[in-house]
Amino acid sequence: MTETAVATVNGAQTPEWTSSERRRLWRTFSRNRASLLGLVLVVLVVLASVAAPLLTSWDPYEQNPVDRLKPPNGSHLLGYDAYGRDVLARVLYAGRVSLVVGVASVLLGGIVGVVLGLVAGYFGGRLENLIMRFVDVLMAFPSLLLGLTVVAVLGPGFQNTILAIGIVLSPAFARVVHACALKLKSQQFVEAAQCVGAGHWRIMSVHILPNALGEVVVLASLWVASAIRIEASLSFIGLGVSPPTPTWGNMIRDGTQQLMNAPWLSVFPGIAILIAVLGFNLLGDGLRDVLDPRLRG
Amino acid sequence: MLRYVLRRLLYSIPVFLGVVTIVFFVVRVIPGDPATAALGDYASKEAVDALRERMGLNAPLWLQYFRFLSDLLRGDLGTSLITGRPVAEQVQQALPFSLELTVVSILVGIVLGIPTGVYTATHRNQFPDYLGRVLSLAGLSVPAFYFGILLMLLFAIQLKWLPAIGGGDLGDPGENLRYLVLPSLTLGLVMTASVARLTRSAMLDVLSQDYMRTARAKGLRERLVLFRHGLRSALIPVVSLTGIWAVSLIGDSVTTEIVFARPGLGKMMVGAILQRDYTALQSIMVVYTGFVVIINLMADLVYGLVDPRIGR
Repeated sequence: MTETAVATVNGAQTPEWTSSERRRLWRTFSRNRASLLGLVLVVLVVLASVAAPLLTSWDPYEQNPVDRLKPPNGSHLLGYDAYGRDVLARVLYAGRVSLVVGVASVLLGGIVGVVLGLVAGYFGGRLENLIMRFVDVLMAFPSLLLGLTVVAVLGPGFQNTILAIGIVLSPAFARVVHACALKLKSQQFVEAAQCVGAGHWRIMSVHILPNALGEVVVLASLWVASAIRIEASLSFIGLGVSPPTPTWGNMIRDGTQQLMNAPWLSVFPGIAILIAVLGFNLLGDGLRDVLDPRLRG
Repeated sequence: MLRYVLRRLLYSIPVFLGVVTIVFFVVRVIPGDPATAALGDYASKEAVDALRERMGLNAPLWLQYFRFLSDLLRGDLGTSLITGRPVAEQVQQALPFSLELTVVSILVGIVLGIPTGVYTATHRNQFPDYLGRVLSLAGLSVPAFYFGILLMLLFAIQLKWLPAIGGGDLGDPGENLRYLVLPSLTLGLVMTASVARLTRSAMLDVLSQDYMRTARAKGLRERLVLFRHGLRSALIPVVSLTGIWAVSLIGDSVTTEIVFARPGLGKMMVGAILQRDYTALQSIMVVYTGFVVIINLMADLVYGLVDPRIGR
């Protein structure tokens, strides 16, 4: 079999967007004000967390017992916490942790889910049945409860939180990719690839996966929002990322002890969660409209 | 219809068994084992061995699984590793608090969400629609526990209208209700956001259908057109997703119970995790699985009632 034949088969199915198509997609995206707002919010949150040392000169870990629980003022815009630490600095640095947990757990869940979904959809048979029933059972369960159970087994901490949320998110990816793989495997370009002798892994990774990628990207951006929320909930319960590392969830948890006399301790990190989650939700909706107009809600 | 009900009932059995099985094995992959975990790293080997024997951990895995299932069928949830009391007893005390919270919250979500969705759809691109859309977006993005804290700050701490924490006395309906208002509004309003958003878009789809114009053309009153012809079809996707939201509400009920210090299952579960009480954890998960299965079943049944194509 010749190289050219393989190349043609590949070229026929891989969605390579020309620059005019890319411009059209951007136009569709940017015409929607909500999606643009989402993009702006996400960029803002990412910039604020990455550039935290530039935006504030205070150390998020430095304790000043004299200043404990002092309300917001000119030099400390969001006030001090119960250990006299600057709340603004902690909110900004917490963004790094929450974003890394959100993105890393979606990556982990995405990779695991995509592999499971591809294998199930492509090979079919008993393996498919086994994987998809497992996915059904996991999806029947509330994600937070599932996350709590995993954390109960692994113990709290930064890496375990990512692992737990990743496990929770993987079934959703598996289900979407499974449906795509089922649809695609009977298409002619896959048959053609089989004819020229492409192996199972090559067909799955080069021919099927790229066509399912649009839906995976949409799902991923929406799930980053959920991952941030689940992380916040776990840390709020005290089973996520442990102090003194600040995350929005554990800052709110610490703040609830002082709700009567220092409500800002809980209120500001919550606003940060709201902005981040809203941004990823709007961005995800916008991407969905562009990449997969059939799913528009 | 009866066959449909039976089929859904049968379908929920493997889901229940599946989750229970996963929970059973997850608890047993804990590094070390539940006995060591419960007693801590400094326990003597004899103490751990004795506890292992008492927990039945020395038996082969299949036998443990079989015992677990047969105990479960008899309603025996095991003994707490920490208190030494039957877990079923503790669950019985906590269950009413979680049950009333879940039921009332779901009702709030449906009762507020569907009319809001219909209203905003029929007033598309007017002020109430914009307001509804902004609020439902905020509702979709706010974590339930944070919303609960905000409600508590406003209504319990600032205005002092309602109690901030506790579950109230179950024997006194008035007091019980006062303690239930804030937690159930927390979960209910978060769910309202999702229900209203979907009802709105489903209604908008339906409003542009030809049969709606036909219904109006034959002179039906607008209310009749909207509710009998419009809402009836719009409800089909709403019902199927409301089941899913109600299930995820159970997850949020855990954090809400912690915010308001309600002595329910969620608080019990977190306590069990922190104290490494794995028999209690396992049993609470079984009870929650029961919740999930019942909610799914009810959603299926309502679905059968709303969609005349199903259940024939």
